[in-house]
Amino acid sequence: MASRLLWASSAASYLRISVSHRGFASEEKIDIEEGCKDLLIEALPNHKHVESGNLVVEDFKYAESHEWVKVDGKTATVGITDHAQDHLGDVVYVELPEVGAAVIQGSGFGAVESVKATSDIYSPVSGDVVEVNEELNNSPGLVNSSPYEKGWIMKVEIKDDSELKNLKNSDEYAKFCEEEDAKH
Amino acid sequence: MRGGGLWQLGQSITRRLAQVDKKVAGRRYFASEAELKKTVLYDFHVANGGKMVPFAGWSMPIQYKDSIMESTVNCRQNGSLFDVSHMCGFSLKGKDCIPFLEKLVIADVAALAPGTGTLTVFTNEKGGAIDDSVITKVQNDHMYIVVNAGCRDKDLAHIEEHMKAFKAKGGDVSWHIHDERSLLALQGPLAASALQHLTKDDLNKLYFGEFRMTDINGAHCFITRTGYTGEDGFEISVPSENAVDLAKAILEKSEGKIRLTGLGARDSLRLEAGLCLYGNDMEQHITPVEAGLTWAIGKRRKAEGGFLGAEVILKQLAEGPKIRLVGFTSTGPPPRSHSEIQDEKGTNIGEITSGGFSPCLKKNIAMGYVKSGFHKAGTKAKIVVRGKAYDGVVTKKPFVPTKYYKSS
Repeated sequence: MASRLLWASSAASYLRISVSHRGFASEEKIDIEEGCKDLLIEALPNHKHVESGNLVVEDFKYAESHEWVKVDGKTATVGITDHAQDHLGDVVYVELPEVGAAVIQGSGFGAVESVKATSDIYSPVSGDVVEVNEELNNSPGLVNSSPYEKGWIMKVEIKDDSELKNLKNSDEYAKFCEEEDAKH
Repeated sequence: MRGGGLWQLGQSITRRLAQVDKKVAGRRYFASEAELKKTVLYDFHVANGGKMVPFAGWSMPIQYKDSIMESTVNCRQNGSLFDVSHMCGFSLKGKDCIPFLEKLVIADVAALAPGTGTLTVFTNEKGGAIDDSVITKVQNDHMYIVVNAGCRDKDLAHIEEHMKAFKAKGGDVSWHIHDERSLLALQGPLAASALQHLTKDDLNKLYFGEFRMTDINGAHCFITRTGYTGEDGFEISVPSENAVDLAKAILEKSEGKIRLTGLGARDSLRLEAGLCLYGNDMEQHITPVEAGLTWAIGKRRKAEGGFLGAEVILKQLAEGPKIRLVGFTSTGPPPRSHSEIQDEKGTNIGEITSGGFSPCLKKNIAMGYVKSGFHKAGTKAKIVVRGKAYDGVVTKKPFVPTKYYKSS
């Protein structure tokens, strides 16, 4: 019980306290970007804080496995959520898929490594990978500092729009995170 | 990411970190939070933002508000204070405690000067490691020993069994388990100056591996100049009722530079220092020779044997071990425990036992066992992570130079 409360309350302070020091891959560059994290967040359209202090973006869709997807016509941009990066801690490596690879909704397509843990990442949509965020090879910390923008992981040409209804909207996802945290 | 929540991920990390003897402690990992043991510093951890996770049956902080990356770097720049009260300290007493202990460990205990200690290994009949441990000769009739939390039950059972047999033959040995005490580890370049504020004893005269009983912050403490980070520092056994006050005093004396540090950073620090984690890098079937701890087998012990599994170990010393623990640096994702190691042609030559991203070196470091012949520094290898082979190279340990406080 104690640790549950702690986990949630520490999450809020996390964003403000640790993020500005997370640059390690190419420090000068990241420092600038990370120093701007608060600004970036404020600049995100329709963002809101969930109870834990983590952010969700209203127009994005979310998988229960903590990936987000931003749909723009046939193209879906995919990344991991603020909640996910916060729980993972300092991201040190992102294993990107290959351009041209086929991904399937709910199937693994890569991995995120933090100092202490490896987490598989699952595609929230099915389709072909058309672009990957090469920036993450040199600056994996972008996943922490800018999970919804500069920390995007891949872009997918969507095969089937109707799959999107299997995903949560921001309110549903925020509620899901709260319930998940509350279990512990 | 999938699964019943990332908090569980935290737990699985801890399980991986712990990797203690699963048969003994396995059940406890899944014990409900209420069943977990708490150190006397539990409330202090929570008040300081500690993220408490189950570890070897205890609720311990994996990190505080600082990230693991920040904590690791700060330990080497300034200092860290760890609560390691989950570890088990005990004393062996009696005029025969030294010959008794020599049956169980590889160290030349008789040759230790009073007030000095060493890292050693408790071995089984096959020469495998039951646990690694720091043992200290307080006096010729008093040994002070600290063993891993996750090995406590099996270690104590093992020692007790041998003690019964030893006493039955008339040997004079008894023990006292220091459950009335707590254990703090103070590590890093500011450790000595911070601690010096709290004791009249001259810490400049206490060198690496040395032990003293002394008053610290008004409490009767055992201090050993040792640690698990590669930095200078101390492990302080303090009466439990004085532990919180001592922790507060140390943090205060460092003016906030020494930070509370959790098990996450502790694991990064020991890996950077090339130190084994029992359960990962050393197990029941691994001998001290294979684990690179040949230096810890006393010269007299190499000649005489007389400890459990000595035949196996002395034979390995003569013939050379078939596998050896080595360090690696690598490209790609950080290797983790159980990643396969291949030679350049893709043939299996071993397995990683610990690995991760080094916060201080900003690159991947790992340790693992390879077949002898592939163990020399500079040997190129492949490390397989999620089905893909990445370039690795055998690298001398420690990865980060150690800074022990030695005379001369």
